Amino acid sequence: MRIVVPVKFVPDLQSTRSFTEGTVTRTADDGTLNELDENAVEAALLIRESLPEGECEVFALTVGGADAVAAVRKALQLGVDHGVHVSDTAIAGSDVFGTATVLAAAVREIEKGGVLGEGGAVDLVITGMASLDGLTSMLPTALAAALGVAQLTLASRLEVTDGAATIVRHLPDAHETVTAALPALVSVTDEANKARYPNFKLIMAARSKPVTTWSLSDIGVDPVTVGAMAARTTVIDASPRPPRENRVVVTDKGEGGKELAAFLIERALA
Amino acid sequence: MTAIIAVLVEHRGADIAQPAFEALTLARTMGTPIAVWMGEQPSADAVAALGEYGAQEVRVLAIGDRARHPKTAGTALAAATGDAALVLMVSTFVNKEIATHLALATGAGVVVDAAGAEMVDGRIEAQQTVFAATWNVRTRINADRAIVALRPNTTKATPAATAGAAETVGVLAALPEMRETLVSVTPVTREEGVPLSEAAVVVSGGRGTSGDYTLVRELADVLGAAVGASRDATDEGWISHEHMVGQTGVTVTPALYVACGISGAVHHRGGMQASGTIVAVNIDPDAPIFEIADFGVVGDLNDVLPQAIAALKAARA
Repeated sequence: MRIVVPVKFVPDLQSTRSFTEGTVTRTADDGTLNELDENAVEAALLIRESLPEGECEVFALTVGGADAVAAVRKALQLGVDHGVHVSDTAIAGSDVFGTATVLAAAVREIEKGGVLGEGGAVDLVITGMASLDGLTSMLPTALAAALGVAQLTLASRLEVTDGAATIVRHLPDAHETVTAALPALVSVTDEANKARYPNFKLIMAARSKPVTTWSLSDIGVDPVTVGAMAARTTVIDASPRPPRENRVVVTDKGEGGKELAAFLIERALA
Repeated sequence: MTAIIAVLVEHRGADIAQPAFEALTLARTMGTPIAVWMGEQPSADAVAALGEYGAQEVRVLAIGDRARHPKTAGTALAAATGDAALVLMVSTFVNKEIATHLALATGAGVVVDAAGAEMVDGRIEAQQTVFAATWNVRTRINADRAIVALRPNTTKATPAATAGAAETVGVLAALPEMRETLVSVTPVTREEGVPLSEAAVVVSGGRGTSGDYTLVRELADVLGAAVGASRDATDEGWISHEHMVGQTGVTVTPALYVACGISGAVHHRGGMQASGTIVAVNIDPDAPIFEIADFGVVGDLNDVLPQAIAALKAARA
């Protein structure tokens, strides 16, 4: 079985996040593997560990500038077998559909033997539920469509048996159980599992694992179909919101509750 | 002739969710509002209510439970909105999937989690607040067709000065082959009152409650609020996952958000920081929630909340 986990390099949630010329500022210092992708890596590793040794290989795949390889490195430290980084200046400014086009082409290249020299179908693509910078949650759906495979998204539970994947989706109005034959794309929520921490042995092992780097031409993507020029949306303005003004913090000395009530009444909120 | 603005009506059975009226209100500012109803047939009352908010037509896609399949829903919606410059919907995880399929079918550009939208020189521009509501972003949709998914409570719903005709039109759509099989659907029993994502007031409890939500619920009752929770609290099993406010749970933008015993980790702030007024009660004076609170009380919520509840009740009496 071959599993590909697309991972994203995002600004650390604890850092001061910002925009530069209409795109999210990403720097090596403040960047990290999108936290929700760790659940996707974990789901893939759990499947690999449930199978006999050598029967499952997990690839981490990222798209982005030179710094983005840090996301793949982190995935390797968690125990992923192979790393792939698609990097090309023409990708900058891609919308979700452009990104899905690039990721799908990279999955096809992995199938052709682009990493291992040996071809083989990718049975599962597992993603996180969203990236914690954009939070649109649209990529899994767009990627499943670009690959032409089944879409099993927002999985709180995932089970893979006998060439099929079955998930449970916790939606606000109902819990759904959905199944599909492989190949399939699965997106997992942060309820699906608890991501592991890299240990010393894995960190050392990850150092010697090569990361395959591809340009758009390596994976047969026409640059005009992706990037800012092909994007259906453009950020035309981004500005920091002013901080809240006239904030008040009181310490309860026996009247805190009354003060709280008075504030709500004064603001006509109660 | 003005542009046709289609609104995918959010509903649970026969009940229309408030954000659908918010979307119709916004649609009226940009063109001719058309409502699209997917699922079972709408009731006469539902159709009339959509008319009150300006819907000129109510296009019905009677596809029943197949609306649960994202690609089917997106394909059906494409068939019902071929003449629309903009399709508005409520920003939910499910609708983001439907929006993606609709965009793939029509070539439309998409903005989700929007706080508003307007027509500028024939193009749709949408506003968002991002990075845990610390930045404002304006995005132009370059494509001829646009899809905007709106956060609840970002437009005030007001009935139209003149009601729309609300003419019911059945739409037949060729539905796609499904690669996925829906094995079972277990409905979630909803608590009474307004759903968390749509509530105008939210009272949330976190670690500081130690698992006892009595005071949080009591304050919520007094304020007519929905009850939320932090990730800590849902992870502990103190309250069900549906209550989790945060980046991977429910994103709320109420007029008033009251955080009780919640430290305000960045994951939580990402789900509530765009709220109108933020009030916090926490025993730790260094809790990050106080950095974004309009009014904060450093104290034990077991002392502060009962006194606040009593004072609010007394003010009403």
